[in-house]
Amino acid sequence: MTDRTSYIIEGDTGDWEVVIGMEVHAQVATNSKLFSGAPTKFGADPNCNVSLVDAAMPGMLPVINRGCVEQAVRTGLGLNAKINLWSRFDRKNYFYPDLPQGYQISQFQYPIVGEGEIEVEAEDGYSFIVGIERLHLEQDAGKSIHDLDPNATYVDLNRSGVALMEIVSKPDIRSPGEAAAYLKKLRAIVVALGSSDGDMEKGNLRADVNVSVCKVGNYAKFKETGDFGFLGTRREIKNMNSFRFIQQAIEFEARDQVEKIERGDKVDQETILFDTTTGETRSMRSKEDAHDYRYFPDPDLLPLEIDQAWVDEIRASLPELPDQKKQRFMDDYGLKAYDAAVLAADYDKADYFEAVAKGRDGKMAVNWVANELFGRLNKEDLTIAESPVSAKHLGELLDLIKSGEISGKIAKTVFEKVWDGQGAPAAIVEKEGLKQVSDTGAIEKIVDDIIAANPAQVEQVQAQKAEGHAKPKALGWFVGQVMKASQGKANPQAVNEILKAKLDL
Amino acid sequence: MSVTNQDVKKVARLARIALPEDQVEPMTDELNNILNWIEQLGEVDVEGVEPMTSVVETSLPMREDVVTDGGIQDKVLANAPKSEDGFFVVPKVVE
Repeated sequence: MTDRTSYIIEGDTGDWEVVIGMEVHAQVATNSKLFSGAPTKFGADPNCNVSLVDAAMPGMLPVINRGCVEQAVRTGLGLNAKINLWSRFDRKNYFYPDLPQGYQISQFQYPIVGEGEIEVEAEDGYSFIVGIERLHLEQDAGKSIHDLDPNATYVDLNRSGVALMEIVSKPDIRSPGEAAAYLKKLRAIVVALGSSDGDMEKGNLRADVNVSVCKVGNYAKFKETGDFGFLGTRREIKNMNSFRFIQQAIEFEARDQVEKIERGDKVDQETILFDTTTGETRSMRSKEDAHDYRYFPDPDLLPLEIDQAWVDEIRASLPELPDQKKQRFMDDYGLKAYDAAVLAADYDKADYFEAVAKGRDGKMAVNWVANELFGRLNKEDLTIAESPVSAKHLGELLDLIKSGEISGKIAKTVFEKVWDGQGAPAAIVEKEGLKQVSDTGAIEKIVDDIIAANPAQVEQVQAQKAEGHAKPKALGWFVGQVMKASQGKANPQAVNEILKAKLDL
Repeated sequence: MSVTNQDVKKVARLARIALPEDQVEPMTDELNNILNWIEQLGEVDVEGVEPMTSVVETSLPMREDVVTDGGIQDKVLANAPKSEDGFFVVPKVVE
């Protein structure tokens, strides 16, 4: 495991470090909306998944969905967080055509989930802890479409009122790569829990990223004292739903802030957007009172009270979480922490690995699954579900290696053929005559021929032996020749033994 | 507690309520009268009393997660001044 590396921005006045906190919105996986019985299903015709509550018709009253509350609690438990048995809904007031109520029902002062923490594995092979500040339930807004008409905006309220969980992290993220890793981990957790499908392309998981910069050393002072004065002014990059763009946006934004400060300009606390075509961030709202949301308790809703017995029941029903899976992979299959974490973060990959590894050598399995297969899938831009090599076939291939029927080298050839759809490994080996030759008679014959044809090499081996080398280098040359002559099919172990005997080593 | 003309103008703007200039002063006076009247509550000793969220002594009733609504596009759009292809159509909103 490597150490956590610092992400440093070199400025004209010295080195700067970046501090990142994230607000992640995850659509809650339920059949119906947070406060109405309209469906949440994606892809319906416009305004067909809308009740009169979602359209904010006068006199309509919200009734909370138990399923949404349960999913929020489930997620809170998965984030090792405190579940608040008493929470409350507030109104966040602002005007926009896709928000028919004129306010969003959210939880401001008393969220349903309090502080927690998760462990995140970074790409570079180290892990770090991110504190969770809170998780609260709120309504999603509808969708505005600006490009159907040059003079009008079209509004679809299908998403209006769908439940979101907003998960707020502490400013514990310290580089663009860590931000992506955090989001990946969070996604893996909600997907494992079944509390959100985590589909980023559909916008079901999106992040607002708070970025600030400070002189090197100030973050440590902030951690020590809890005084935000040590950190710089943050700007919030809105609505990011791609791991790659999140990293690009943070890289640009952090550098831009350093340049601003060093020029003597002020960084204003504001909301910004990342332009994916230019790779730059730009200001989104300029009105100074745009953020005056005038929160107040929603008079249509009573406080949300849940009992501990229900929370315990939900806890007992939690599935295996990525961290538990990681630990089990380490314990049961002898995997290294990093390999285990990578597999456990993606359930499709984890399931595939387990199907291959079950009852076999775990290290050998991870080698083939993570290196050979995932490497190849990446190269061809395929998902694990689209893999031409099934877990069953890969397992069969491993069995052939283990039993000594084929060598590791031949196995790679067989793997290629299975990839190309030529059938099951055992059948391919049989058909193509790739079976390892362990018949000592046949190998001896090849060895004799090669020794007879290469007296100079024999002399070299003997000379090396006389010099006291237990394993003369020239022996390797003979092994290579024998393997070549047998088209890679000779059992390497048998070749070694026979060569040693014949060369009197 | 009292509000200034400035506060009143700001709140009116946030609430999207048009308030002609000659009505600002009367509105400020009116609101301050109300605030002063409510201020009397400050005389009550509330030491150790939890803030009240609701006047009913009951918790939030929950419904089961089943689809019971939707599929009423025509009703949803019935009052819209303008709609097309199932969408509400509103004046162009540009960020």
